[in-house]
Amino acid sequence: MDVMIQLQRQLREHSAFLRKEGYLDDQFEQLQKLQDESSPDFVVEVVSIFFDDSEKLLNNLAKAVEQKAVDFKQVDAHVHQFKGSSASIGAKRVKNVCIEFRNYCEAQNIDECLICMQKLQFEYSVLKNQLEYLFRLEQQIRAAGV
Amino acid sequence: MTVENQRAGVVGEDMDQDRFPAGMRVLAVDDNPTCLKLLDTLLRKCQYQVTTTNQAVMALKMLRENRNKFDLVISDVNMPDMDGFKLLELLGLEMDLPVIMLSGHSDTELVMKGVTHGACDYLLKPVRIEELKNIWQHVIRRKKFDSKVQNNSLNEDKACNGSGDSRLGVISTVSADQDGKLCRKRKEQNEDEEEDDEENEHENEDASNQKKPRVVWSVELHRKFVAAVNQLGFEKAVPKKILDLMNVEGLTRENVASHLQKYRLYLKRINSVAAQQASMVAALGGADSSYMRMGSLDGFGEFHSLAGSGRLSSSALSSYTPGEMLGRLNSHASLVLRGITSSGPVQASGQNLSSSINTLGQIQPTPLPSNQSASLFQGVLTSLELTQLQQSKCTSSTGDFNPITDSRGFTAVSNGFSDTRVNVGSSTSLLPGASSHPLVVQGNPQLPDDRGAFVNHSLGVASLTPDTFDIGGGGCSNFLDHNRSNESWQSAIQLSRFSSNAVPLREPFNHNQFPYNNFVISSTGPCTTNGPIDFSSRSAVSAPLEDSRGDAYCQEGLMGNVVQDMNYTLKQRWEEHKQDCNQNLNHTVNTINSMVSANGIISPLGRSLDQNNAICCKSFDVSLISQLHGGALSIGPHGEVEKSAPDSKMMINENYLLEQTKSQDGFIQNNYDSLDDIVNAVTKQDDVHLMQEHNQTMLSDGGEFGFDAYSLGSCI
Repeated sequence: MDVMIQLQRQLREHSAFLRKEGYLDDQFEQLQKLQDESSPDFVVEVVSIFFDDSEKLLNNLAKAVEQKAVDFKQVDAHVHQFKGSSASIGAKRVKNVCIEFRNYCEAQNIDECLICMQKLQFEYSVLKNQLEYLFRLEQQIRAAGV
Repeated sequence: MTVENQRAGVVGEDMDQDRFPAGMRVLAVDDNPTCLKLLDTLLRKCQYQVTTTNQAVMALKMLRENRNKFDLVISDVNMPDMDGFKLLELLGLEMDLPVIMLSGHSDTELVMKGVTHGACDYLLKPVRIEELKNIWQHVIRRKKFDSKVQNNSLNEDKACNGSGDSRLGVISTVSADQDGKLCRKRKEQNEDEEEDDEENEHENEDASNQKKPRVVWSVELHRKFVAAVNQLGFEKAVPKKILDLMNVEGLTRENVASHLQKYRLYLKRINSVAAQQASMVAALGGADSSYMRMGSLDGFGEFHSLAGSGRLSSSALSSYTPGEMLGRLNSHASLVLRGITSSGPVQASGQNLSSSINTLGQIQPTPLPSNQSASLFQGVLTSLELTQLQQSKCTSSTGDFNPITDSRGFTAVSNGFSDTRVNVGSSTSLLPGASSHPLVVQGNPQLPDDRGAFVNHSLGVASLTPDTFDIGGGGCSNFLDHNRSNESWQSAIQLSRFSSNAVPLREPFNHNQFPYNNFVISSTGPCTTNGPIDFSSRSAVSAPLEDSRGDAYCQEGLMGNVVQDMNYTLKQRWEEHKQDCNQNLNHTVNTINSMVSANGIISPLGRSLDQNNAICCKSFDVSLISQLHGGALSIGPHGEVEKSAPDSKMMINENYLLEQTKSQDGFIQNNYDSLDDIVNAVTKQDDVHLMQEHNQTMLSDGGEFGFDAYSLGSCI
């Protein structure tokens, strides 16, 4: 029981932290709300899809910005996709970087785009770690509660 | 040829009317897998039946296979395999399905584009469940509207059928006007009666006394039709001859005429996609080949779907004689145009339209009594003005043309006016390509005697091209002036009718009614590209009008037939939908209430996580409050909730959530049950006591929660 309480507290704190630091926003709550008995692992499923998709997008993006002649339209399209999916799961920071990235794409500012690229990769990695930790906690709680 | 029992055949596939909007079948299209998954879950949460695909092409295929399998389509705007707007157009055109656009962009232009292309709604990502909860309204609205138009047109047709004017004949102003009024009255009466009947008896078949048996254009039949058309040559393919060639028992000229119209629309659309500066022959030859060439399209299927989409315009079109046209116009035009507004316009390039003008190029005025104009103008003006109001959604994007939609809409307006359609089409096609009004300008001097007809052109043009709006407006006024003063013009019955139609068209134009104009344009454009080949084979717009007059008569008849047939077809479908709708509506309110309740209950459970806010009971408050207000769930009224130290409450909230997630099934179930009771209580308008009781029950469930009924009470 102590373990349970401990775990729960950790989960709470972590969730609060993520919210406070702007890693996640209300949309993530929406996702959690959607999780119910008919779709018990919904959040994990969606986030997993997000991870897979994001990794692909990031790869494509990296390739696109490293071109000699950067196709900004293409880059913009990728970033737009990324923005859409990150917004869908409530990944606020990632989304914000995407917005910034898109602005620079529009301005065709390759230097800033490269910086954004790095930012994006960074934020995404951080978020991924955070979420994975969150899910682990939840899973442990579930396991402990059984 | 078979008489299709629409309702019986479709009931099984159709939405579950008892539980509507639950069970509404939605097709979700989005290439972003994360968004698609989210959308899928959200929609399921709303109790819709969801099918998803990440490819627009696949979506199109599914819909073409069976249009009746879905009630609503939600589609992303940015998709790699097909532009969302393009998909929107195709869906609206072919299937008359309500389509909702989805995008991460909220640019006004994009939203405008969505609207002009016929989207029912435009949602921003990330989508919220509250927004999705209401999308069923678009299905209802469309059905309601469709059935209403169908009723109107059918009634009009019935009521005015007896006027006995020959379609080719000239009608006096007075009689036309009276007919119009009479038709309208009868229509209203009939509509009321019919609606009552519809509600009482849920069988569509019994309405056979009200409408002709529906002709189903089977693949075989259509093949014969196409063969006949090809044999005759597209230019010469008139319904009578086609009918003779087809030699199908029981098929009427009207059936063929209406089918021909749809076919032309379809070809125009195809052509606009494939062809550029096609000559008439090329269009003719190309029509078939492009028809066949359409990659993923099943030729017949597409046409059929096009026919289906075209039904909107035809629905309002009944078979009119020239004299009746006005009356019908009054009642139908606005409805039809409204309907067309909701259907997705097909975008065509300016070039296509230009080419269409080459092929089209004729003005076919018919002599009209000169004293007819005034009342005609007024009548049409009224209906068209009504339409204008409906057009607000139909804003055109700059430079974009919606030929098919335009043609349909225009067809509606120019009901039974073969040459008006032709005229407008030709003018339209000229316009889109150029940003000036060369057609208008050119045509004018060349046809001094036929200014009336030309007025049509110019009017059509003006209304069509948003780009050339201003110029067109000026042009229009010129023409209109000519129109009014030119008796010879008014001597043509169709001309005057057209011009009367044109007048209202011009009206919105002058008022910068882009949507309306665009709408009109679209109706004419596509029609004329491939369609009016049989009208007359002039290739130049400036061709003398006199020659076409002869053709105009038979065209008029053709139009009337086409209209009538389509009208019946449409009416049947709409009536069926209408009945469905009526039944649905009966349940809708209850269903919605329960849905709102259910959602309201579920939502706050998650929302309780929202730290820095309120207390645990807030979740209950919210659901209860939302029940009370009968509205969508909103955390809005937090202010009413008693707030305590955020931290501690946050803990409580999180605990609450934790408990919830931990024992989700039981917990949520419990909540649901108790909240369900609450809902019932609320809907029965019990007072807060009940809620407080439940709250206390909840309290006992989660003993560590610190909230009390008092705070709840204070919230309410």
